Amino acid sequence: MRTRTLKLWLISSAATVVFFATAVHAQQTEYSENQRLNMESHVDGMTGHATTGQPIYKRFCVGCHGPLGDGQGENAQWIDPKPRNFTIAIFRCRSTPTGTLPTDTDLYDTVGRGMLNSNMPHWLPLTSQDRVDLVAYVKHFSPRWLTEKPGTPIVIPPEPEVTADRIKEGRVQFQKLECWKCHGVTGQGNGPSADTLVDDENRPIKPFNFHDSQNFKCGSSDQTMYKDFMTGLDGSPMPSFSDNLKPEDAWDLVFYLRTLQPDNTKEKQIAKQLGLTPINPLEPLPSSDSGQAPSSDQGTNPSSQPPSNPPSAPAQPAQPATPPSTSQPQSNNSGNE
Amino acid sequence: MQIGVTTDSSVRNSSSRPAFAGLVSALGLLFFLSIFFCNPTPGRAIPAFARKYGLPCSACHEAWPMLNVFGQTFKDNGYQLMNDRDSPIWQNPSYWPITFRITPNWNRESTNKVAVDQPNGSQIEEEVNSNGFDITGLDFHTGGTLYKNYSFYVLPSSDSSGNFHFETVMARLDNIGNSPWFNFKLGKFELDNIISEKRILTISNDGGYYQLYHFIPLGDSNIFGQMGDNQLGIELMGHSLNDRTRYSVALLSSNDGQPGLPSRNAYNTFVAASQAFNAGYQGGVDRVGAYAMIGSGPTYNLTSNGVPITGVGNKPFNREGVFALLYVKKLDFSLFYQHGWDSAYFGTSTPSSAPLPPGAQAPSWNGGFVEAHYVFNPQLIVIQRDEFVRMSQQALVTTPGNWGNINAYTFGFRYYPFMFSRAGFAYHAEYALIQQQGASPITNTQLNNSSVFLGFDFDF
Repeated sequence: MRTRTLKLWLISSAATVVFFATAVHAQQTEYSENQRLNMESHVDGMTGHATTGQPIYKRFCVGCHGPLGDGQGENAQWIDPKPRNFTIAIFRCRSTPTGTLPTDTDLYDTVGRGMLNSNMPHWLPLTSQDRVDLVAYVKHFSPRWLTEKPGTPIVIPPEPEVTADRIKEGRVQFQKLECWKCHGVTGQGNGPSADTLVDDENRPIKPFNFHDSQNFKCGSSDQTMYKDFMTGLDGSPMPSFSDNLKPEDAWDLVFYLRTLQPDNTKEKQIAKQLGLTPINPLEPLPSSDSGQAPSSDQGTNPSSQPPSNPPSAPAQPAQPATPPSTSQPQSNNSGNE
Repeated sequence: MQIGVTTDSSVRNSSSRPAFAGLVSALGLLFFLSIFFCNPTPGRAIPAFARKYGLPCSACHEAWPMLNVFGQTFKDNGYQLMNDRDSPIWQNPSYWPITFRITPNWNRESTNKVAVDQPNGSQIEEEVNSNGFDITGLDFHTGGTLYKNYSFYVLPSSDSSGNFHFETVMARLDNIGNSPWFNFKLGKFELDNIISEKRILTISNDGGYYQLYHFIPLGDSNIFGQMGDNQLGIELMGHSLNDRTRYSVALLSSNDGQPGLPSRNAYNTFVAASQAFNAGYQGGVDRVGAYAMIGSGPTYNLTSNGVPITGVGNKPFNREGVFALLYVKKLDFSLFYQHGWDSAYFGTSTPSSAPLPPGAQAPSWNGGFVEAHYVFNPQLIVIQRDEFVRMSQQALVTTPGNWGNINAYTFGFRYYPFMFSRAGFAYHAEYALIQQQGASPITNTQLNNSSVFLGFDFDF
């Protein structure tokens, strides 16, 4: 009889504990959700509100990004690259250092620009206020925005004049930084590592083909390309080179990459005059110190780590350059925005 | 093609009213119960586009089939999202961009004055009501891109008995010179009406069109100025990147879209321009614009053995006006104004080879409508429209000034029980009333037509 009473007491106590724990968890979850629905965004004097962005998101975005913002919308299974998972708050197109949160303006620009070579269109037809509200709602999906602040945008120095020497130097950088391993010696995205690349969710991903478009993944300007080198495209194998690339070398690389694109730019004309040929990885690099990677004390982060997804090439015909580094924890999302 | 139609055409009498009221009540109740007791899940439009791009219908439609600003931009870009994934090479080879749309329904049509034959061979005007189950015509929409910046649209459409015609057949060169300001279209197409009748939210016999898009004064023979009809021609159209600013210029054959070159050297021009802006009241992008349709059309046909071979005797006509789309959160308004003018030959149905009757003059009119929508959410929209046409000058000086004036009222709602990218479905309920002065067949007094329409509007 006593044993039975004890059992009943234990069962009822356990049930009570489970009940209260569930209630507390539900309250915390609700609190967290409510707290995040108070999320705001600020762009160019406009303030966005997550609650206002919610119906806009449900009308335009939910099919791909899903009701939970996890990139699992009903159409996600048919889309390649996959939609961005907002819950982990890792974004490719940022002005902030790798591993940090993007600014509201970064997200706003992405919504307005769309993502090249993906299903994400540009949402310029929406009003500016609608887009700012959307940014606030996108932010509400991840608790990171409650505990972290966006990184400090990198400084983009003034763009120098394009010269033949700069383009030649950019070609050297292209070889030295081993861009060719993924992007190919001609920049067509067919390097020896191309077929082995995966994103942070282990899904196959293709390197950018510079011959496809005059645009880049995160925009069309030279400044965009410069920024991509320095911030990296988090969630993809494209690392940040901020620790390895001097600003003037980054500009040289920008100029060289412009020669690979389809439009008849000034860079392309100069390259034609120079008779510039694709790099040959078997050729030794020039001894000029202008192409040397910076020493560790010149980098922005002395304790830099190996890249989040180092390109793995089956062959190593050239002396590898100092590996590019990421200064932040490894990102773990994938796909596209 | 009609299935299970019960066309109960009868002269109304007092004893039929309770039975009819009971039928309407029962159908209405059944309709509403079916809406609210079926399992609603989160609705979306031309599913062929939605399937291609993976976007929900609500991304392009304020409520299917009416476009929102993003959908208008998509259309203006040649059914492209401009994300370098527009060429069909990106689609699975088995993908074929086709959508059908049809609407089974129950409807009641009422006319207050119909010329009814009498046993003695005479006719008298009586009220006639018809109601029963029915189906609409069937539309097969095929459209999209043939290649990047080469788009097309082909729409075989039938009436409810299955007689098909080509409602739309066009190909378009998009972004010529990489500029959104230059797009060239050739074929049979909808005129550049921002307030699109082809995407109208009301579909009953009396409410499924805009009066002013087809208005022809009583006694007038000009069928060529119907800006609601798809027309044969070419169009140059352009817009800013975000579609805020847009223009179009079309050169059209004056044959009201009928193929076979039935007229000689008769052309008209349709021009439209609009500017969108954000008034700051949310809900959508506001827009104001203007349009004009100016040209000439034949007043009679040459015949061979009595068979018309070509239209000749061209005389001028014009339609012009302004429009606006205004949004205030969940409420929005479509505003439309038109001034119309026809040659006196059209107004009096006189061939240009014959003299005008005494007192003949060019008829003109003014009209407009206000259509309001309340979008509870992308799945539920309430529609209300008031439309008025007022003759400002009759074709004959002896004709009463209000002859042919129209008042039209439409009210309805559409509910989309689910929203996904493969198909669309809407519960549709609507009431429409048209009153036209002097249009009754015998006494030339006010003619009233009304429609009640309950149906399942779906496409896949």
